Amino acid sequence: MSGTGHDLTVLALTFVVLSLLAVGGALSALPDMHRIAVETQHWMSDREFTEAVALAQISPGPNILVVTLIGYHVAGAAGAIVSTLAMCGPSAALAYTVDRIMQHSRKRTWPGVIRTALVPVAIGMTGASVALLGYSVDKTWTAVAVTLIAAVLSLVTRINPLLLLGAGALLGFAGVM
Amino acid sequence: MQNTRQAEFADLKAHPPGLAKLFFAFAQMSLLGFGGVLLWARRDIVERRRWLSPEAFNEIFALSQFLPGPNIVNLAMVFGSRVRGVPGGIVSFLGLLIFPAIIVVMIAAVYSQYRDIEPAQRALSGVVTVASGLLLGMTIKMIEPLAKRRSPLPFVIIAAVFLALGIMRWPLTWVVLTAVPASIAVTVVARRSRPS
Repeated sequence: MSGTGHDLTVLALTFVVLSLLAVGGALSALPDMHRIAVETQHWMSDREFTEAVALAQISPGPNILVVTLIGYHVAGAAGAIVSTLAMCGPSAALAYTVDRIMQHSRKRTWPGVIRTALVPVAIGMTGASVALLGYSVDKTWTAVAVTLIAAVLSLVTRINPLLLLGAGALLGFAGVM
Repeated sequence: MQNTRQAEFADLKAHPPGLAKLFFAFAQMSLLGFGGVLLWARRDIVERRRWLSPEAFNEIFALSQFLPGPNIVNLAMVFGSRVRGVPGGIVSFLGLLIFPAIIVVMIAAVYSQYRDIEPAQRALSGVVTVASGLLLGMTIKMIEPLAKRRSPLPFVIIAAVFLALGIMRWPLTWVVLTAVPASIAVTVVARRSRPS
């Protein structure tokens, strides 16, 4: 699959917008990535999307690299580069700008208000990402139990998430779920 | 420009790392960062290299977290630019992303050779099953501080955003452009009515 100019433009525009909307971290935009990649643009199947999420989770580096895989799937290496930069660049530029402004500003109220206001939006978005992933994999009671146990372990222990992901892979491989 | 915060990280001011050092420092953090780069970033920047005090790190992290986009990428950009200006931000950004991006594509290419084998598919679903649990844990962690404040308003916004995106599957653009101003308005009104 080779990338056309049109594909690259759509990838760039899609991820530039998501970059600036992904309040509360990159994975909060997963439902919209899924909506666009699977339902609107038909870039990939539901299964391929879920695979991309999983592969980004088990690879080193930030989990946002799921967009690298979506871009690669659509338009090869050029798609991977365009998608990664489009998803990470605009928000990084914004972070740089806000940091500069805040270092020069004594007025601290607005960042406080905005921060407080963004928290519930970020939680709702992250919750929707949980629903999206859960809908695609939690098809048996065992799988639901594994999801819940992983949530509890991440809350009450300081276990490395990679160990939990590895355990999930083993359980899946063994056909437990 | 002399800014007051630079004083908080004395080691950094005495020996500011060069561009190549920033690039490779972030490359190393991201490559070691299986299961979350943030943990490694904190360990590396605060404990090992002593570039930032824990407080200064938390301050940069809080900023990176409340702005949109991947937190760790924002953090690399902000930290790098405080040390070496815009070029410092850009090399930290690239150092963080280049090698993992190449590796994730290689892993995907290897997986595509095995994706028709059922146990491989099941293993990957198992990964997502756990990943959704980790994300659920993160959501609960984010809710905790709100539960203490006893105001129902944030929960109304959480529920509305969740319904709109998770159940109705509405486009994120409209949801965010409606929910963020609404949430800001609610926050401002709540602060005015209960000044503390």
